[in-house]
Amino acid sequence: MAGQQQALHTQSLAELAKGLSKGEFSSRELIETLLSRIEEHDRSLNAFISVTADQALAVADASDKARSKGEAGTLAGLPIVYKDIFCTKGVLTTCGSRILENFVSPYDATVVERLSSAGAVMLGKTNMDEFAMGSSSETSYFGPVRNPWDTARSPGGSSGGSAAAVAARLTPAGTGTDTGGSIRQPAALTNTVGLKPTYGRVSRYGMVAFASSLDQAGVITRTAEDAAMLLSVMAGFDERDSTSVDHPVPDYVSGLTVSLKELKIGVVRQHFDAGLNEQCAARVKDALNVLEQQGASLIEVDLPNLDLSVPTYYVVAPAECSSNLSRFDGVRFGYRADGAKDLLDLYCRSRGDGFGAEVKRRIMTGTYVLSAGYYDAYYLKAQKVRQLISQDFKNAFEKVDVIAGPTTPTPTFPLGEKTDDPITMYLNDIYTIGANLAGLPGISVPCGFVDDLPVGLQLVGPHFAEETILACAHQYQQLTDWHQRCPEAYQ
Amino acid sequence: MSLSKEQVQHIAALACLQLDEDEFDDIVAKLSSIVDFVDQLQQVPTDDVVPMAHPLDQVQRLRPDVVTETNERDAFQANAPAIQDGFYLVPKVIE
Amino acid sequence: MNSAWEVVIGLELHTQLATSSKIFSGASTAYGAEPNTQACLVDLGYPGVLPVLNAEVVRMACKFGLAINAKVASRCVFARKNYFYPDLPKGYQISQYELPIVYDGELMIKDDRGEDKRIGITRAHLEEDAGKSIHEGLNQSSGIDLNRAGTPLLEIVSEPDMRSAKEAVAFMRKIHSIVRYLEISDGNMQEGSFRCDANVSVRPHGQEKLGTRSELKNLNSFRFVEKAINFEIKRQINILEDGGEVAQETRLYDSDRDETRSMRSKEEANDYRYFPDPDLLPVVLDDAFIAEVKKTLPELPDAKQARFVEQYALKPSDAAILTVSRAVADYFEATVAEFKDNPKTAANWITGELSAALNRDGMEITDSKIAPADLAALLSRIQDGTISGKIAKEVFEAMWTGGGGANEIIETRGLRQITDSSAIEKIVDAVIAANPDQVKQYRAGKVKVLGFFVGQVMKETGGKANPGQVNEVLKRRLRKG
Repeated sequence: MAGQQQALHTQSLAELAKGLSKGEFSSRELIETLLSRIEEHDRSLNAFISVTADQALAVADASDKARSKGEAGTLAGLPIVYKDIFCTKGVLTTCGSRILENFVSPYDATVVERLSSAGAVMLGKTNMDEFAMGSSSETSYFGPVRNPWDTARSPGGSSGGSAAAVAARLTPAGTGTDTGGSIRQPAALTNTVGLKPTYGRVSRYGMVAFASSLDQAGVITRTAEDAAMLLSVMAGFDERDSTSVDHPVPDYVSGLTVSLKELKIGVVRQHFDAGLNEQCAARVKDALNVLEQQGASLIEVDLPNLDLSVPTYYVVAPAECSSNLSRFDGVRFGYRADGAKDLLDLYCRSRGDGFGAEVKRRIMTGTYVLSAGYYDAYYLKAQKVRQLISQDFKNAFEKVDVIAGPTTPTPTFPLGEKTDDPITMYLNDIYTIGANLAGLPGISVPCGFVDDLPVGLQLVGPHFAEETILACAHQYQQLTDWHQRCPEAYQ
Repeated sequence: MSLSKEQVQHIAALACLQLDEDEFDDIVAKLSSIVDFVDQLQQVPTDDVVPMAHPLDQVQRLRPDVVTETNERDAFQANAPAIQDGFYLVPKVIE
Repeated sequence: MNSAWEVVIGLELHTQLATSSKIFSGASTAYGAEPNTQACLVDLGYPGVLPVLNAEVVRMACKFGLAINAKVASRCVFARKNYFYPDLPKGYQISQYELPIVYDGELMIKDDRGEDKRIGITRAHLEEDAGKSIHEGLNQSSGIDLNRAGTPLLEIVSEPDMRSAKEAVAFMRKIHSIVRYLEISDGNMQEGSFRCDANVSVRPHGQEKLGTRSELKNLNSFRFVEKAINFEIKRQINILEDGGEVAQETRLYDSDRDETRSMRSKEEANDYRYFPDPDLLPVVLDDAFIAEVKKTLPELPDAKQARFVEQYALKPSDAAILTVSRAVADYFEATVAEFKDNPKTAANWITGELSAALNRDGMEITDSKIAPADLAALLSRIQDGTISGKIAKEVFEAMWTGGGGANEIIETRGLRQITDSSAIEKIVDAVIAANPDQVKQYRAGKVKVLGFFVGQVMKETGGKANPGQVNEVLKRRLRKG
């Protein structure tokens, strides 16, 4: 035991925090270790768009100094990576897009500010589906991200870079954004934990907007405990975000050990149908049994409008994004096409060249569903169906405390397999989208493997029930060790 | 319901997106399939259902009328493709 | 005006609200800054930034709604109006569409015959202003300045109730007066804080269906609004009488040529794709909020005008002039508080001498070089006969240019009126003696010659003789003999 410490890159944030406070190693050592792992391994994963090595070492040194004076913040010296959709001051922020290829943000997102103030060390910005539009991290201008479990396969998306980096132990934690499942789905496909908080729990200020009423910032880690640590720092009211909720932030870490005995877990009838891979279903059922053995009760619930969540989402999200992305016009920042002959040419070519195919499709879809003659039939209709879907969850939560089920219908898929048909890709999000439409918190936690590929268990709670789902996930992780497995090439 | 080429051209114009000839047909096909897919919402009975614009029942907060921002033009214009005398430049607009 | 045709006019007025910071950001709204020095990240539409609503903007809109007897929405929503233009950084304008903050209002104007007429106000909604562009001096480019982007605007939409250019201007003036009374806008048309678009159409008298309308833009003075509308009416009637059709279009007014021209419109084919802005939440105003705002309502122009007529026995037309601007009305009342004897005189001096002096020096009444109390003192000296009205004008000028009070100047310059009868009689006699021809003329019946004698007496006395007494003594003396 003595002198034999677990390799730094395999430790969780909580373990690293203890190690740092005990002086077992310095932040500099830790950061150097991870930076050299990134240099060695990222070429096989393409998880990073920028690596901020010099800055990271400087912050690490500063935190070591502060610690020696007894002035360390809660996350002092601990590493983090930011999905490249978060604005980071003085650092390239691309959103995985050509249109922001050279964009250096003049300000920090609130999430970045809070984590930095607590002492976290940014290792770099991670790759993602362009403007968060995708479920495979294949639409990035900077090339696809690869899944450490099988580099010919997708890590999921859109936060695939953060997920791959955490899964490959290049960092213990990364931030992501989740609009239709973009944190939870990649977490499930890479054997990591992915947390999407309640809508409004974490500030969206500085997080480049995709679909404003659905987007939430969250984290990808290997343990629920680490997610709790980070959420405690990230969460809370921000006056710069009108949709930010002024709701007290509990200590999510101390809430992790709350007893599961009285817990009522909803199992959704509509989840277990033909669309769900049988073996995934089996892993999920096993996980539910583990929870049942801890005293929780499993109760069948209905989400009758589950099937409508994907079409609803693919009206609402494109509509909002079509408007949110209008600011990318080559005038004040970002890519500008050369030799524009007039204003219209400037706009159309800058945007036509600057945006990738999936982004353009979504902008077009969104423009269409908002356009004259179609607004009522599509956008307004979708908002009504959204109300129905939310009501389904409200009804279910009258009977249960959390809803548990599969995060994805299948394990991960080969790169390039689903890129031809958008609908096939969209159906990946069938289980995750509902939580975004209803603004509910959700977490995916590793629950097994199918053909050596990871599978995730999703827990969704009512508004502001992060403590409940974190506790559930944490205690599940005390009883299982799926999350401790690491792909061989990255051990 | 398939979209016509004219419809797609019109949408592209509204969205200020130039589409190359080779992407155009693909976009028409893919957009049509997406629209087909979302058309299933038409079948859902929603009389008396209130559209949901925000997932939580929130109300807009009001901010006090105070100037909090200072001039940071240089920092902000560092990303600008074309500036002169403090103005952002665009091809000449004739009104 | 050709009476076979009825003119239908509706106005859309945009007034900038006089807040310190912008509607959705904390950048300053001060006029005249160097380009892009008052455009923060939110105003620039940078990636990741979000709007937060200015409380004062909401109060001001609410105040306006109460002043025009409108309904203030207990719940209103901001919507995005989507279109591309370089002065619109986000590619959409945050405005209000289906649920505006104020609706169903009205105000009274005088129609062409001087009778009261009610003009309906459909709605007033909040939105953000766009930036500005310049098209000269930058080679082959246009330059965009986003300082103005995000300045709060209240768009006031009238019902198409006006039937002539004069009515339209009367409505516009009334709104202009109200927004200044409420101190929600400085109404400065040169600086663009009060702008007018007019929708004009004509139809045959008796026809219920509205004719095709054209929208006139770029009307930045009351005068231009009237001229532009009149030009447009003639233009449309000419087209229709020739058997043609009026095109629905946007037209700019060219003040040099006094004509309207079709604009190569950026908005013609536009589908704005309005939808509720998901970055903003519904604005909910409870009765307590509205009651608080109601308390801050000042006495409005119509009420003040009526009170002036009643309290100060002024003619309605005089009261109307005095109450166009709250500052002028306040000045008048401050003067009359010190000079109670003759409000009519005070009114005359304010709309006459004082107004002329202010115009000449390009000043607002709030910067007047003569304070109400000092004007009151001057008026008192006229009232009590210390000086004549004519001399008072001299004293006024002296007060204006050099400062000092009326009493001081009267004494220092020896401007006291001569009222001593024997002194006047002496001078009158001297003048009569010196002008025998005119005396003959007068006694022969040429009554007008009296003016000559008055003039002479005034000359002798340096204008200081009491004119009334001079007249009376002259008449007496001239009768004799």
